Parts: sequence; C-alpha cells; structure tokens
Amino acid sequence: MTIYLLCLALFSVGLYCVLRKRNIIKIIIGIGIMEYAVNLFFALIGYRAQGRSPIFAPDQAIRNMVDPLPQAVVLTSIVLGLSVTLMLVAVAIRIYERYGTFDITKITRLKG
Amino acid sequence: MGTNSEKGMGVIVKTVTKLTLGFILLYGIYITLSGHISPGGGFAGGVIIALSFVHVMLAFGKDAALKRLRPPGLRLVISGAALVFLAMAIIVPQGRVFDSEVIVPLCEAAIVGPGLFVIFVALVLLSKADKDSE
Amino acid sequence: MVPLFMVIPLAAAFIIALTAKLDERVHDACAVTGGFVIAALSIAVCALLGRSGAPGVMTYRIGSLPPPAGIALVIDGLSSFMLVTVNLVGFLVTLYATGYVKCYTDRWKFYSLFFLMLSGINGVLLASDIFNLYVFMEIAAIAAYFLVAFGTEAEELEASFKYAIMGSVASAFILLGIAFLYGATSTLNMADMARVLAASNPARVIQLVSVLFIMGFGLKAALVPFHAWLAYAHSSAPAPVSAMLSGVLIKVLGIYALSRIFFNVFGMDTAIMQILIVIGVLSMAVGAILAFGQSDIKRLFAYSTVSQIGYVAIGLGVATPLAVFGALFHLFNHSIFKSLLFLNAGAIERLRGTRELGKLSGILADEPVTGYATLVSALSISGIPPLGGFWSKAIIIFACIQAGRPALALIAALISILTLVYYFRSLSPVLFGPKAEMTAGARPTLAMNAAMAALAVLVAASAFALLPAIKEVLLNGAIAVLTNGTANNVPLGAIQ
Repeated sequence: MTIYLLCLALFSVGLYCVLRKRNIIKIIIGIGIMEYAVNLFFALIGYRAQGRSPIFAPDQAIRNMVDPLPQAVVLTSIVLGLSVTLMLVAVAIRIYERYGTFDITKITRLKG
Repeated sequence: MGTNSEKGMGVIVKTVTKLTLGFILLYGIYITLSGHISPGGGFAGGVIIALSFVHVMLAFGKDAALKRLRPPGLRLVISGAALVFLAMAIIVPQGRVFDSEVIVPLCEAAIVGPGLFVIFVALVLLSKADKDSE
Repeated sequence: MVPLFMVIPLAAAFIIALTAKLDERVHDACAVTGGFVIAALSIAVCALLGRSGAPGVMTYRIGSLPPPAGIALVIDGLSSFMLVTVNLVGFLVTLYATGYVKCYTDRWKFYSLFFLMLSGINGVLLASDIFNLYVFMEIAAIAAYFLVAFGTEAEELEASFKYAIMGSVASAFILLGIAFLYGATSTLNMADMARVLAASNPARVIQLVSVLFIMGFGLKAALVPFHAWLAYAHSSAPAPVSAMLSGVLIKVLGIYALSRIFFNVFGMDTAIMQILIVIGVLSMAVGAILAFGQSDIKRLFAYSTVSQIGYVAIGLGVATPLAVFGALFHLFNHSIFKSLLFLNAGAIERLRGTRELGKLSGILADEPVTGYATLVSALSISGIPPLGGFWSKAIIIFACIQAGRPALALIAALISILTLVYYFRSLSPVLFGPKAEMTAGARPTLAMNAAMAALAVLVAASAFALLPAIKEVLLNGAIAVLTNGTANNVPLGAIQ
C-alpha cells in the first residue's frame, strides 16, 4: 500500500513542478516526472505475490507470473511520453531563439 | 562544444567506435527479432540502432557523420517501412498481421531507429543555427 | 473495411512524406484524394449501419486473440455518426488547406502532420478498449501540438507550448485514471469493464476515477475551469488547424471519450449528471461573457466554442433521450459552422492582413463567398430559425423543461440571446461596413472558395437532418447507444 502512495507522492511532486517553476526546462522535467510516476504506478499494479517475470518458457509453469498486461501498456506509454518530451524540447529551443529568455512569466506576448 | 563538434573526439574514441559499431547494430537487430520471447521488441531495438548512429555522430563529428547517413535517405527508410506495415495490414486477412514475428518488429525498428536519429540531427542542427546567428 | 479508416490517412501521410521532393501539386492531389476517400467511406458506413435491419455494428479483430484478451475495433451508432462529422469536416478543411498553405515552405510536413492527426482522431472513434483510446488520443494531440506551432512565429510557439503542457498534464491524469480502473477490474476492454463494474461496484474507485476523467477529458474538451488553453491555441494557429482543432479535435477527444466512458462503462448516475450540468452552465456563461470583450476575431470564435460546448455538456448531463438528441445534433452543427467560421477568419486575415475587429470592414462587398459564408454561419450559431443552430438549441431547451429543470432552460435561452448579441455586435461592422482601403492582401484561391462554399451549403442545409429519413440513418443509432447505457456494449462473443 505504501508503495502506491509513494507513486502518487511522486506524481504530486511532478505536478508541483509544472505549476510553480518558472523555467521552461524545469516545467518540461516536471512533466517527465509525472509521466514516470504514472508509468511506475501502472507497472506496480500488475505485481502478484511470489511472481516471476512474464516470459513464456516451455519448462516453467504459467501460473505464477506477474501480470504482463501493465508492462505492455507501460512500454507504449513510455514511447508516447518520449514524443511529447521531444516536441516540448524542440519548441523550447525555438522559444529561446525568439524571446531570448527561458522564464515563463516573461513569455506573455499573447494577451487575454 | 564550439568547433569540437565538427572534428569529433580523440583518436582513441574513434578507433573504439570503428571496432564496436557493428556489434551495437547487431545487438539492436537481435533484440528486435527476439522480441516475442524475451524483453525487447521493435521499439527497444530501434532505440539501440539509433544509439549506434548517435555514437557515430558524437565520435566523428557532425559533418563526417551526416555525409554517410543522409537525412533524406533515412526519411525514405522511415516512410517505406511505415507503408510496408500499412500494406500488410490491408493484405493480410482479418487482423492476423500482428501475429507475424519478423516483419512487424523489423518495420517498427526501421521506423523508430532512423526516426530518433533524424530527430537528434534536427535538434543538433537547431542549436548550431542558434550559435551561428549570434 | 473497418481498419481502412486508420490505414488511409496514415498511408496518405507517409506517401506524402515519401514523395517530399516531388512537385507540390502531387502533394495537394494526394491530400485531397485521401480526404475525399475517407469522407465517402464514412458516409457509406453510416448509411450501411443506420438502415434498420442492418446488424448495427461493424467489428474488426486485431491479432488472432479474441477479446477480452485481444484488441478489437468497433463501429457502432455513435462512432459512425462522429465518423461522418469528423471526416466530412476533415475533407473540406484539407481542400481549404491546399490553398492556404501556399505561403509555407515544406508544405509536405503540414500535410503529413494533418493526416497523422486525422488518423489519430479516427482511431479514437474506433477504439473499443480504453488504452487504445488513450494511445490514439495522444497521437492526435501530439500532431495537434506540432500543427499549432507550424508557422514558428513567436506567438504560435508560445501558444503551442502552453497547449502542450496543459494537454500533457491532462493525459497524465487520464492515464492515472486508467491505471486505477485496471486495478479495480483487471481488464482494459470497455465492454468487459462495464460488465465487471456492474457486478462488483467498487464505489470509491468509481468516484475517484470519475473525478480524474472529468479533469483530464474536461481539459481536452475545454470545459470550464479547464478552458484556458483554448484561446491561445485556436487564435494563434494557422486557419485550417484552428478549424480542425475547434471543430473536431475538442469534440472527439473530449466529449466523445467522456460520453463513451460515462454512459457506456460507468452508467450515468445522478452525481455525474449534476457535475456535467454545473460545468456546462459555467462553460456557457464564462464563454459568452469572455467573448464580449474580444477584439481579435479568432479569439472571439474560440471563446464562443467554449460556450457552445457548454450546451453539449448540459444536454449530456440531463441525459434523457431528447436531451441526448439535442446534444448530438448541436455537436454536428457546431463542427460545421465553427470550422467554417475559422476558415473564414483565415481568409479574412489573409485578405486584410490583420485580425483586429476594429480594422476589418466591408468583407461582404469585397469577397462575396467569404462574406456570405460568415453571415450564414453566424446566423446559425446565434440560433436564428430556420437554420440548424436554432433547432438544436431549441431541442436542448425543450428537453431541459421536459426533464423538470426550467431554470436550466432559462439560462440556456439567455445565453443564446447573449450569443446573438455578441456575434452581431462584432461581425456586422466586419461584414457590412464600407470597403476599407486595400492592403496588399491575398485573395482566397479557388480551393479555399470551394471549401468555404461547400461548408456554407452544409450549414444552410443542416436543418434537413431533422427529416425522419436522414435522422434515422444519421442520429438514431447514436442516441440509442448513449441512452441504452451499459446495456449497449457489443457482446464479446459477437466479435469474430
């Protein structure tokens, strides 16, 4: 139980980072932390007591595997998180070229 | 960084890169093809293949690496692999396309590997353009 | 036939990427052909499924494992209705874009990203398990983040960055909700999940997951209080991208996913209905009030979108069959006329070189196609009979009265009058004033005019969707899916 609460605490740390930090790069890192926390939570949900890794080997019983479905899900989710991070970094580089600063309180050319 | 990124790193790094490049590529292909039995699969294999390309770029410098691995050719590889994947989805009857163990992971690795390398090149070129314009 | 909805846009995207060095007209032709084929396919599927006596669903199994262990694609009534909306608007916006993006270099990148987004949206509509829905939603959203930043002006980059950050936070909340749901039901297939939840009913988990999903999907749908990104992203993006974002992406990623999960997986209970109604009323009011003070034409349309999505949320929240009918019809209407308004705003911006409302005038005399298209869609969105917008808002208001909530109907009617006021206050000097001095603007090309004229005809004719023959084919299946609730899921044994 505590390990799930720790994952949610990590998620809150990431959320705090996105909301309160002023540097664009720190906000991107915050999004990364949130993604890691959710992936970790999802992978941990699949744990079964005394389980072994879910690899199909002909000489071992299937019964005591941990759940393989969250692992597949987390693989896909990591790829999606990678794409989002790539896009954010590329946009951040171009924002630095245009605005000259990484401070998000100064990047307010859009009003209203 | 500065001008070092064109000339690459020292002679030790260049020699070791030349020796281990083939092994890294082979390892990436092995992980791609044995994805249905052990951890790995197309995406992880593609990342390792991309790492071998990035290794070349870091060791030999940007210009020498880009002369060998041209982005337009890599874009052809990515689009071609994606189109092969889609063609299989239409041709193979009622959804059995994902049962194949060879073609689908190879297509995935061919998309992911050059794709990540092209993105790396684009980001490196962006920062180089930034330095040039100052 | 089912996977073609995803294969054709992806094929178009990658063929355009493959032939990037060829002539530009090859890309235009490829894009328009792809869009036309999918639009025709979606209308064919909807006609096939809507005919009474037809099976009503089409399924396709991916891989050889049967569900719930495997993944399946399902088209049912709601999906086919939304597919028609999405692909019709997508085809006409593609036609417009072939004229609009002539000023960009590297046009093939625009088309590739556009078709990637379209394939992601189609994938959301076809998904029958919740993680597939999430993956395709992310594909569409990431393509949209790239497209908003496409012109790489300073404002577009800032808008794209803020949109991407808020969208990523929403996606993290949604994935957390999916994780909790998987922990409670140990399945990802939506039909199976509905069965397990009905049998075991873990109330606390459902409450937590409902809150997470309302936060996540509500941000994608731009419901208040999660609407802050909409004005930035829609006003700074290129015009075809704004049209797709406002007309299609919000509805599919937000409203469709929300209604699919809340109606078909959880089953609507009064708490969720109440929350949806409150959020809907807030969206209507805040959108209308914020639209009053705007001086930028695209920002005005963006806040108007927030307001109209509030109408749809109220209709879904009341959840009687008549209210659901009104909400879905208003969704269809809003897709057509809001995308037409954004395309017009793009043409006006190209013509006059500015987006400020104070500096625009005399469009009707200058460019008749753009002017009349704007006039028709502004009349329809304000609720003037006999255009379609009046009927959809009237149906929602009557449904509120019929469900015993007269206060809600009164608020909806008041906001409709407010909509009329701010549209005419803002747009009548733009349309009817004296012709301003000509800046060196670009006239809309033939492709842009054709697309705007076609959408204007659709807006004018959308009231005909109430005719019983068309309504039966288009809307009845969708209404049945939502009102049957958890009983409507495709039985797992039927998927071959």
